[in-house]
Amino acid sequence: MNDIKEKILSICPSATFEEGEYLQINVADKDWFPLAKAMKEDRELNFDVLTAVVGMDWKEAYGVVYYLTSTTHDWDVVCVKVEAPDRKDPMIHSVSSLWKVALFQEREVYDFFGIKFINHPDMRRMFLRNDWKGFPLRKDYDADPKLNPIPKDDEKNEDDTRSYVEDEKGKVTCVPGKVFAPGDYVVNVGPQHPSTHGVMRFRCAVDGEIVTKVDVVSGYIHRGIEKLCEELGYPQILHFTDRMDYMSAHQNRECLCMCIEKAMGLEVPERAVVIRAMMDELMRISSHLLAFGCTAMDLGATTAFFYGFREREQVLDIFEKTCGARMSMNYNVIGGVIADLHPDFVKDVKELIRIMPERIKEYHKVFSGNIIAMNRLKKVGMLPLEDAVNYCITGPSGRGSGWSCDCRKKHPYGAYPQVKFEEVLEYGCDSYARYMVRMREIEESVKILEQLVDRIPEGPIRAQVPKIIKLPVGRWYQQVEASRGTFGVYIESDGGKTPYRVHFQSPCFNLVGVMDLCCRGNMIADLITIGAALDFVIPDIDR
Amino acid sequence: MEVNIKSMKREDFKDNEYIDKLVEELNATGANVAVGKLDQLINWGISNSLWPLTFGTSCCAIEFMSLGAARYDMARFGFEVARNSPRQADYIMVQGTIVHRMAPVLVRLYEQLAEPKYVIACGGCAVSGGPFKKSYCVVNGVDQILPVDVYIPGCPPRPEAFFYGLMQLQRKIKVQKFFGGVNRQEKVEEFFRQHPEERGQID
Repeated sequence: MNDIKEKILSICPSATFEEGEYLQINVADKDWFPLAKAMKEDRELNFDVLTAVVGMDWKEAYGVVYYLTSTTHDWDVVCVKVEAPDRKDPMIHSVSSLWKVALFQEREVYDFFGIKFINHPDMRRMFLRNDWKGFPLRKDYDADPKLNPIPKDDEKNEDDTRSYVEDEKGKVTCVPGKVFAPGDYVVNVGPQHPSTHGVMRFRCAVDGEIVTKVDVVSGYIHRGIEKLCEELGYPQILHFTDRMDYMSAHQNRECLCMCIEKAMGLEVPERAVVIRAMMDELMRISSHLLAFGCTAMDLGATTAFFYGFREREQVLDIFEKTCGARMSMNYNVIGGVIADLHPDFVKDVKELIRIMPERIKEYHKVFSGNIIAMNRLKKVGMLPLEDAVNYCITGPSGRGSGWSCDCRKKHPYGAYPQVKFEEVLEYGCDSYARYMVRMREIEESVKILEQLVDRIPEGPIRAQVPKIIKLPVGRWYQQVEASRGTFGVYIESDGGKTPYRVHFQSPCFNLVGVMDLCCRGNMIADLITIGAALDFVIPDIDR
Repeated sequence: MEVNIKSMKREDFKDNEYIDKLVEELNATGANVAVGKLDQLINWGISNSLWPLTFGTSCCAIEFMSLGAARYDMARFGFEVARNSPRQADYIMVQGTIVHRMAPVLVRLYEQLAEPKYVIACGGCAVSGGPFKKSYCVVNGVDQILPVDVYIPGCPPRPEAFFYGLMQLQRKIKVQKFFGGVNRQEKVEEFFRQHPEERGQID
């Protein structure tokens, strides 16, 4: 840690440090971009992944908290806090030219806080309509429904964009631009489209059948979860996580619970830790089975969909017996899990372990080797390794590009250090590689379940927690490996009963950020298969 | 008149009084014998081949997919032909939260459905806003923007609850007055009164 401090001080003498969960670097906005450039490009520091971008309103100033990870240095994480100098017209220098993932992340911050990013090429709103009044996550936001009534009129296509460009003297000017070039032929896909896996809209510029640009229009299911969290107590915010990425409900909820437990300094009983890991892996199996079914169905192979759902129902039965619900289980709570395992749990899991290897062979027989599937998936939607890292594409999609990024290995948590499993990697960088990673991950999840099923320790299922939970002042960031990638929770507390700010760093938001990159040069019909292979869940993007 | 559907026995429904009352109200002024028989024929057809529009915004849509898969198999009751275009669908099943940005799109989809058309609000979010009721951009219940026929509570509802809701809709359709009721010419006129700009385009 001290080497990093010295190195950073030599680059930027004005930086100050705060000790916390991770090393925190406070830097002024004018020094931020040079520091960021050095931190990314310096061989010794090499912070090549921008893990999270969190917009903040500290009442006296707006700002952004960045979490950076270095893949070469043992996945070290540092946190950089940048304040915008002017509260009336907050502006911060963009780092989107260094880490491409910031292209979308910074647009989100602009949407919620009104912080303009200097030199960002496309400063538009991300989730809210362009005629939305105010910036909802600001602390002084006026939530009067009269200001923003339910819109009756159709939304205008937003073709105008703007960029805030700084000249040598430091003067910032607004430069208007257009999303599409004047001659572009634009085809609209969504938001109501059966193959966008929810309500997502893509505006695609096409040259004949070849896609030349994809503009992602998101926010058709933006529910304002982060703002809602600020008014509720810690146990009350848990249920939102189940409803963001509903296919990673257990993992997401575990992540939030772990973040709160970490801040409280709470020890979770061993039994609960193992139960959580088993539930996570069952959830991963069910999610990948759904992904398999949907990929097949998007290609018109309805039979494979039935095969995937057959085993998925079996997993859901296990959930139902223990948690009481098929979906949105609400199972993890702060300090452990809410209910003990059903007496049939071990028997049911063993039955699932027994049948899965045979069933996976069946899936491969019915779909993976199919000539149509091969032609539609192989060499389509190429995402090279450098781009996967730069766009922070984690999870099966990142591992399909050969990026070893499994959070269970890199930042081990829960029961994962106790079990042996392989991190699945494929090097095809195409849709087929992503699909194959998922199929092989089902096998690995089965392996993990096999190791844990007979080793569930006896004991209490949750720790004693106070009735009213208050966190000490500070900020925490916790990551878990959800079904679609690394899911992160950021909590900032001012010592009260409710969080000051909660941010969910969703993997799917980054996934949709590469749609433009992956689809360029492919046919418009392949947009659907690329989306299916990336496998994003829309409520997780919009939150 | 007793309302019976093929899919579920009358005594298994928990709210027979309501449907009896509805029938009584509809037939208060008496029913024309010939038209009534035609109504029955048409309603028999519609209620047994209800085609949904695939419209899901969040979790409930995944449960709807389970409905289509082999275990629950909604094909048993004639609901299986999920259409992707509203022009070919009979009803819209709102599965999931409707937010401000989506609201005009949903209204447009509803307007594109061909008459007779029905709306099912499915899950807590579509019924009332659900857990997101206090949010700054969530529509608190889809009934604020569309006329809803059946509500299915749950978060998400179980597949059995979906079936119960769909069968309630079947019963409602069985008693509707197709001729001189839902299929009225005045309704078309009323639409054009509200949207005068559409008249020229359709003629």
